Amino acid sequence: MARASFDIHLHHLLDELMQLGGMVEKAIATSLQALKDRDLKTSERVIKEDDFIDQKRWEMEERCLELMATQQPMAVDLRVLVTILHISVELERMGDYAEGIGKISLLMGDEPPLKPLVDIPLMAEKASDMLKGSLDALVRRDTTEALAVCNKDDEVDELYDVVYRDLIELMIQDPANVQRATYLLWVAHDLERIADRATNIAERVVFMVTGKLTELNVSKY
Amino acid sequence: MEQQNVVLEVRDLRVFYGSFNALRDISMEIPRYQVTALIGPSGCGKSTFLRCFNRMNDLIAGSSVQGQVLYRGNDIYAPTVDATRIRSEIGMVFQKPNPFPKTIYENVAFGLKINGYQGNMGEAVERSLRRAALWDEVKDRLNKSAFQLSGGQQQRLCIARALAVEPEVILMDEPASALDPIATLAIEELIRELCVEVSIVIVTHNMQQAARVSDQTAFLMMGGDRAGYLVEYGDTKEMFTNPRNERTEAYITGRFS
Ligand SMILES: Nc1ncnc2c1ncn2[C@@H]1O[C@H](COP(=O)(O)OP(=O)(O)OP(=O)(O)O)[C@@H](O)[C@H]1O
Ligand SMILES: [Mg+2]
Repeated sequence: MARASFDIHLHHLLDELMQLGGMVEKAIATSLQALKDRDLKTSERVIKEDDFIDQKRWEMEERCLELMATQQPMAVDLRVLVTILHISVELERMGDYAEGIGKISLLMGDEPPLKPLVDIPLMAEKASDMLKGSLDALVRRDTTEALAVCNKDDEVDELYDVVYRDLIELMIQDPANVQRATYLLWVAHDLERIADRATNIAERVVFMVTGKLTELNVSKY
Repeated sequence: MEQQNVVLEVRDLRVFYGSFNALRDISMEIPRYQVTALIGPSGCGKSTFLRCFNRMNDLIAGSSVQGQVLYRGNDIYAPTVDATRIRSEIGMVFQKPNPFPKTIYENVAFGLKINGYQGNMGEAVERSLRRAALWDEVKDRLNKSAFQLSGGQQQRLCIARALAVEPEVILMDEPASALDPIATLAIEELIRELCVEVSIVIVTHNMQQAARVSDQTAFLMMGGDRAGYLVEYGDTKEMFTNPRNERTEAYITGRFS
């Protein structure tokens, strides 16, 4: 292989992207657990730790630019680098949504959630699965897996519909519920966005493998 | 491609040096007023191919060409065709700048004199030097030897010399490989400016150069019998972001074994 050193750099970069993905996965799970447990300390920590995610993303962008400038990648190499760059941005934004859930949790303060959290944790689980699946598809350069991720977005959208209707109903029943219902609606919205960004990652994987950029699943939201 | 947009067309081209088959069965069209790059590993026959477009191979003893090369629809290898005339319509610029041991002025005027040019020679020389983006650098020393010029200037002088006879096509065989990065970029800029009114075919080993300068790229390779053949030909942007053929991919990403 004539480009062994370039390949090593590329591998490192992919490893780092996986680390970033792991950090985001953890942020999503922790922010939700803290919301359920009403553990404000942990919520605060999720918010603080988002700085590490941001920082890692900047580092990755720098690495990508360095490789482009010094190695002048072409064809699939170029697509891989651009894909890594895009995905690092998507991951960073997903981290911001987890941070957002942490902030909502702080806003809720001492109050218990309006209703037991059932569908929202399910949304989080599915969104997190999509994230894992999209990164898996990336590592394996597997377009079938990428497509499966995109199809899963519909399930998250459906859950969002359910949560939305339930919360609106509670608001109509008693206007005193509006504030707390709105908090939960924001959380559901953040999770819906996370799932949407997982489909963006999957689309990038398909682009990386095939060179074709297509919207694979137009989200309802 | 529509016929009026094709300046050169190659049909089932084969080239031999003695009994050695250097190129086999190449068919492709060169679009008019565009830059076409030929890339491929050393020895695959790029220079041989380029020389077919203006019958330069005729000058190599033992070489023979089969198939057709159509210039504006007419076969340049037809027995009635005058090869010298073809070469004034389809000029060539080589890897190493090769100005004549004459003055700058005479280098540019040379082809015109041979063709019996009747117009204003001074104006024609200036026009060609301007088109080659060299005029400002040499206008005060037109009667100095061409060898006083830097390598990059000499190469632009050779381009001016080729342009003077108003060719339809210019063939360039690694025109910047002996030049520094700045002189190289100057040649590349010049190529982009010229292709508005001249069709250009360029051989280059520099992948980035092919990507920067050309509209179409052809990738040649040699087979087990060492005969060169065309692997892939298409839009340059497509070739360098998403080539169709995996051998092209391997070559342009530097994973060629
Ligand atoms: N005058 C010649 N006589 C005999 N064989 C020749 C002659 N010129 C070229 N060849 C052979 O034809 C093949 C193609 O050579 P050519 O110079 O066209 O390759 P190329 O792609 O331009 O290589 P490079 O990138 O090194 O310039 C080679 O095997 C070469 O040895
Ligand atoms: Mg050559």
